[in-house]
Amino acid sequence: MKDDGSRSRGWSVPAWGVNCALVVLVAGMWPLDWVLVEQMDEYYLRVLILVGLNVILATSLNLINGITGQFSLGHAGFMAIGAYATGSLMKYFSPTGAGAEAALLALLIVGGLVAAVAGLLVGIPTLRLRGDYLAIATLGFGEIIYTLIVTTDRIGPFEIGSSSGLHAIPIRTSFFWAYAGAIVCVASIWRLSYSAKGLAFRAVREDEIAAAAMGIDTTYYKVLAFVIGAFFAGVAGGLYATYDGNLAPESFRFTKSIELVVMVVLGGSGSITGVVVAAAVLTYLPEQLRFFAEWRMVIYSLALILMMLLRPEGLLGGRELLRWRRVAAATTVGGDAVQSGR
Amino acid sequence: MDYLTQQLINGLSIGATYALIALGYTMVYGVLRLINFAHGEVYMMGAVVAYWIAIGIAPWGWPVWGALAVIFGGAMGACAVLGFAIEFFAYRPLRNKPRLVVLITAIGVSLLLQNLAQTRYVFGPTPEAFPAVIEAKTVVRWTMGGPDNVVTVSNLDLLSLGLSLGLMGVLAWVVLRTRQGLALRAVSYRFDTSSLMGINTNRTISFTFMLGSALAAVAGVVDAIRYDVRPLMGLMPGLKAFVAAVLGGIGSIPGAFVGGLVIGLIETLVKGYLSSAYSDAVAFVVLIVILLVRPSGILGRYEAEKL
Repeated sequence: MKDDGSRSRGWSVPAWGVNCALVVLVAGMWPLDWVLVEQMDEYYLRVLILVGLNVILATSLNLINGITGQFSLGHAGFMAIGAYATGSLMKYFSPTGAGAEAALLALLIVGGLVAAVAGLLVGIPTLRLRGDYLAIATLGFGEIIYTLIVTTDRIGPFEIGSSSGLHAIPIRTSFFWAYAGAIVCVASIWRLSYSAKGLAFRAVREDEIAAAAMGIDTTYYKVLAFVIGAFFAGVAGGLYATYDGNLAPESFRFTKSIELVVMVVLGGSGSITGVVVAAAVLTYLPEQLRFFAEWRMVIYSLALILMMLLRPEGLLGGRELLRWRRVAAATTVGGDAVQSGR
Repeated sequence: MDYLTQQLINGLSIGATYALIALGYTMVYGVLRLINFAHGEVYMMGAVVAYWIAIGIAPWGWPVWGALAVIFGGAMGACAVLGFAIEFFAYRPLRNKPRLVVLITAIGVSLLLQNLAQTRYVFGPTPEAFPAVIEAKTVVRWTMGGPDNVVTVSNLDLLSLGLSLGLMGVLAWVVLRTRQGLALRAVSYRFDTSSLMGINTNRTISFTFMLGSALAAVAGVVDAIRYDVRPLMGLMPGLKAFVAAVLGGIGSIPGAFVGGLVIGLIETLVKGYLSSAYSDAVAFVVLIVILLVRPSGILGRYEAEKL
């Protein structure tokens, strides 16, 4: 019995056990899908699926913003790229019959990869910037992506639809696909974040200069976080495209990015379970508060300000629901104090 | 030639309002090293306040100059108070917190103002035309070459350019010739040292926010008269003015002015010669290029990073 004193739990599950459990969990979504389609109100099923998509988006943004500390305001742009890539290809090929589900999986991955390439192209130049400049530059990239979509009618044989949007995409995404995607995304980012690479990500967040001095290739890790985050955002976009069947470029602007940032910040930057909970609550609550629509966003923004004033580390603040001990002493969202070093 | 001249005039007219907004960004960045994300919303609130004043004084039938003076003055005063309140309630408690915490708070303030303006108690979600206080008319009409090649300058172009040049002059006087301006320059040069020298830094910061907000209000009123009033009108001009401030060298007051005019010119030229669809994106392209090529901007000074 080794006693390293760092484990709060007395037992641990071997990796293959976790993998098996995850496979069973994903497989379990299949029968659950049948049950929900039979039993659940169509409206609530839609909300449930949107929760799944927002969990993917918020968790992938959490890798960039929360865990690696690179404040990005352009996440909706990557979602848009994935949505248009998957949606456009889906519409072009219109797979039917037995191969349709396999084709969906393949096109979702393609959408994710296209978004990841975009993440790489955006990340390499902008990640030289820090803090607030990075935030504005990523916001700018989000707007540039939006403008490119609005001004492009088609790329070769593939329809983009410019400002009128892309419509009549074959609808393939069901509860199963949304939640399979969410489980895979959360599990991958959890395991990445609590691996040796995860420590490097956190080191970059806490102090970039010290991390570099310890031999961490900070640019590599920043770009890596960006690419992985963009990949999952692209997958979520693809899921959305094949769930809704219609894409409006307006829905992937600044406001969507801010909405995702609010989820990450309120859930606790860096806390994966915290952000999942925040994504679920912040998707469900607005649906419940429809009668309250006028004040909804006012309350959102007040909550954001009060959270920053009273508890800037977010609800869970670097902790996880099932693992209460802090992994890194993350008391801040990263970055230097406003007036330090002058 | 006439087309180009017309585009340049339009560009300067739009750029003048960007310059006024950019001044607020740059001064606040100078003293606090903070990107005041809510600044675009202060500009919007200026337009909203002006809208209410204009509605309120419409039945009295004042002469144009009196009405304009009341509208501009009221909007500037209200926005100065708003700027003070934003700094006092949202940013001051976070003075020694990490930058990103303050940035997120600023985004929160920006969202709050946008959404408050969208409630019917403040303004409402639909755009409204500004009451007819001043009628747009062509004051300069200039034919270049042939009878079809006409270049026009409207009174609103002159108002926009005149106000921003005039206010730039007033600002230069305040910053360079008054005690409060001296304090502002000292605080933006060395924050801690200036407080050791007996400068009331909190008061100086409040003063900076009020000054910047009043300038943004002027830009808001000009655009409200020129286009219309809408609760989300602050977003794009705010971001473009920020780009203008970075382009000119953030922290540099003349830089912000030059940057604003340059962004306005680039935007209208792109709109005129390429496509109006690109007019929003071009500012961000400029921003990214500037940040990568010359992060200190046109007139900014390079600041080495200290450990």
